[in-house]
Amino acid sequence: MNFSEVFKQSNQLCKVSPDGKYLATCVQYRLVIRDVNTLQILNLYTCLDQISHMEWSSDSLFILCAMYKRGLVQVWSLEQPDWHCKIDEGSIGLVSSRWSPDGRHILNTTEFHLRITVWSLCTKAVSYIKYPKACQKGLDFSRDGCYMALAERRDCKDYVSIFVCDDWHLLRHFETETQDLSGLEWSPNGCVLAVWESCLEYKMLLYSLDGRLLSTYSAYEWSLGIKSVSWSPSSQFLAIGSFDEKVRILNHITWKKIAQFEHPAIIDNTKTVYKEIEKRPAVSSDEMSLHDITVASSLFSTQSKYDISPLPVQIPVVKPDPDRANPKIGVSALAFSSDSRYIATKNGGFQVHSLNWHCSGDSLILIGKDQLCLCYMDADQNNQ
Amino acid sequence: MNLFLTLKEVSSLGLCTIWTELDESSDLNVVTVLNCIYDLIQLHRRSLRTLENMEVEQLKSSSKLDYLQLSITRLKEQLEISKRENTGLLERERQLQQKVKSLQNCLKNEKEEMQKLQNMIASRATQYNHDMKRKERDLNKLKERLSQLLVDKKERKQAIDVLNYIGRADGKRSVWKTEKTEAKHEGEMYKTLLSDYDARQRDLVLENAELRRVLHQVKNDMVSLLHLKKRTQKGVQNERDGTQVANSEEEQEEEGFDPGKELFSVHASEKLTNSIRLQWRRLKSHVEQLDSQVSLAQVNAGKSSETTPPETHEEEVDKLKLEIQECKDLIQTQQHLLQHQLSSSCDEITSLRNDGYMLQEKERLRGEWKTLEGQRSIFERERKNFTEAAIRLSHERKAFEEDRATWLKHQFLSLSPCGDPKKPMLSNPTGASSTGVCVSLSSEACRR
Repeated sequence: MNFSEVFKQSNQLCKVSPDGKYLATCVQYRLVIRDVNTLQILNLYTCLDQISHMEWSSDSLFILCAMYKRGLVQVWSLEQPDWHCKIDEGSIGLVSSRWSPDGRHILNTTEFHLRITVWSLCTKAVSYIKYPKACQKGLDFSRDGCYMALAERRDCKDYVSIFVCDDWHLLRHFETETQDLSGLEWSPNGCVLAVWESCLEYKMLLYSLDGRLLSTYSAYEWSLGIKSVSWSPSSQFLAIGSFDEKVRILNHITWKKIAQFEHPAIIDNTKTVYKEIEKRPAVSSDEMSLHDITVASSLFSTQSKYDISPLPVQIPVVKPDPDRANPKIGVSALAFSSDSRYIATKNGGFQVHSLNWHCSGDSLILIGKDQLCLCYMDADQNNQ
Repeated sequence: MNLFLTLKEVSSLGLCTIWTELDESSDLNVVTVLNCIYDLIQLHRRSLRTLENMEVEQLKSSSKLDYLQLSITRLKEQLEISKRENTGLLERERQLQQKVKSLQNCLKNEKEEMQKLQNMIASRATQYNHDMKRKERDLNKLKERLSQLLVDKKERKQAIDVLNYIGRADGKRSVWKTEKTEAKHEGEMYKTLLSDYDARQRDLVLENAELRRVLHQVKNDMVSLLHLKKRTQKGVQNERDGTQVANSEEEQEEEGFDPGKELFSVHASEKLTNSIRLQWRRLKSHVEQLDSQVSLAQVNAGKSSETTPPETHEEEVDKLKLEIQECKDLIQTQQHLLQHQLSSSCDEITSLRNDGYMLQEKERLRGEWKTLEGQRSIFERERKNFTEAAIRLSHERKAFEEDRATWLKHQFLSLSPCGDPKKPMLSNPTGASSTGVCVSLSSEACRR
């Protein structure tokens, strides 16, 4: 593997365009566009303030740069470097900004989540959406980009609005049976919306596209509930990771639990456990299995290699501080492989920021704070 | 005599003697006798008294005894009662101790649960507090912002500053929002939902069909298996005649099941599952029977041979295998021999056969030869006889011819006018007659 020279970036804003041709990085208030193959700088844009958020449009023609402190959004065009667009939210402030799936609308969430403004780059139309809910994941677009689901809160009650992204027409608006909605996510086929409660109650609600409640699922009461949710790419399974360190898989026909995976402190039942051996005495462990993938943080410069450690393996468990809110226990990240055969989960307080599968489904990338790890699945070992 | 005896008794009693032989008079001293009598009476009275006393004593002691016995029985009863009470109390104590233990367990569980609940409440409380603080912070920010905005004169409005508006991503023109578009959106939404349901239903139908096929196959396999077993065990299971009849009825019913036609009716699926369950129950019972039979056989074998069943089973199997092998070898050798003999040594067989026939022929020929010999000897004799007869006959004929010749001569001579020159005529007529006789002899010989 060859490495290029190191480029500067700020805020971890470094994204490849959706068509894979360009690489955009932000350095303070500059936006640098490079060609992916040659890493030559193609374009350089200057924004008015330090860029807080940067996003490619879905057709790779435009880049959105948001500056939350100033309440500004600037949009740059790749084809026409002279084209500019500036959206000033004014005194109302800006908390988040994102593209719509068609790449022609920008959704700005104002400060205090007062409203969402939908700016159009094609027409002079501006839409406002009132009372969006400030929660973990209050807005989600369906995968085909046709519909947008938004969580709203009016009069101490939770609602979900479904918009048609074509013209921002409100398709459905219904109340959800939640006390405090924490997140929603479309299924990949766009027909089912998974809505879940905050962590004080384990409750998962499944609504169909036209607003009917299909099913609810609650694994247990009173203890802290759902921490992370992930659909399988085929829409057949819904994986729910919770604070009790278990992953439960629901099936799309009956919406009942078909499988449950645990993350015990002593691993005894998986096929292979890879342990990262370091020179430092603090041992980190890295397991490859159907159930668990965890990576502990370590210094970048330390030499490390992976050994297969014999079962049973004891994972170092750090008991979280019970007096703190949002304890660092539970399954916090889930990722299905693209063929829905494997699921990777992260349990506990390990420093893994993200788990992502390769689209071919046989390798997994784990990104920690200072490290990344590529895990290749051997088809012979993991054919269960 | 009597007097003497009484005197002896009195003296033995210790009373003064009332009469001795030394007394002069033979009359008794009245005083001493009276004294004696008085003493006797006293004695008697004393003894009566002691008797009374003793009776009284005896009564007393017997009553005491009775009383003691009564008290004993009473005390025994009391003892029994108290023992029973004791066991009862022990039993109660045990029960109470158990109760105490269970209650202690309950208490422990409840304490644990309470601890868990407390922990939960604590975590929820921290979460709530955290959220509350966050909300309060947000509120404060909002208040600050509001006050700032109210104070702030310069209100910056929202605005967008675009160089030029760009076209839509899909190149179409944007349309106004009308009822038609709303209806269109609704329609599209329902279309996606329906297509999803259709796809799902298709998958389920395929899966269903596959599963039904598998079930049907399984059922057929089970039915065939049971049929085979039924045939082999017909003699054993006479008691199941009733069920057999029922089985045959059901099987007839099932044969009419056509998987292709009846896949989609609930009734058909129920029939299929019921028949599968029935077959499975039968198969299970059959397997259980077989198991019990095997175990019985093993037990019997174990009793007789006193070896562990699997070992005997294995030994028997080995034995049977050996036997089979031997039989196979035997058959093979026999086949070889047969072929060998058939191919190579056919002559031996024929010669043997011929020998047999030859003997028969020989016997027959010998017999015939004997008969022929006999016949030949008979013929020889007859020929001899004939030749003798022929010789005799020739002699006789000769004689006859000579006679004839002479007669004829005589006749001739007699006939002729002369009758003296017989001698010279003899020679010539004999010659002529001999020739004539020869001619007739030869003719007679020829005739013979």
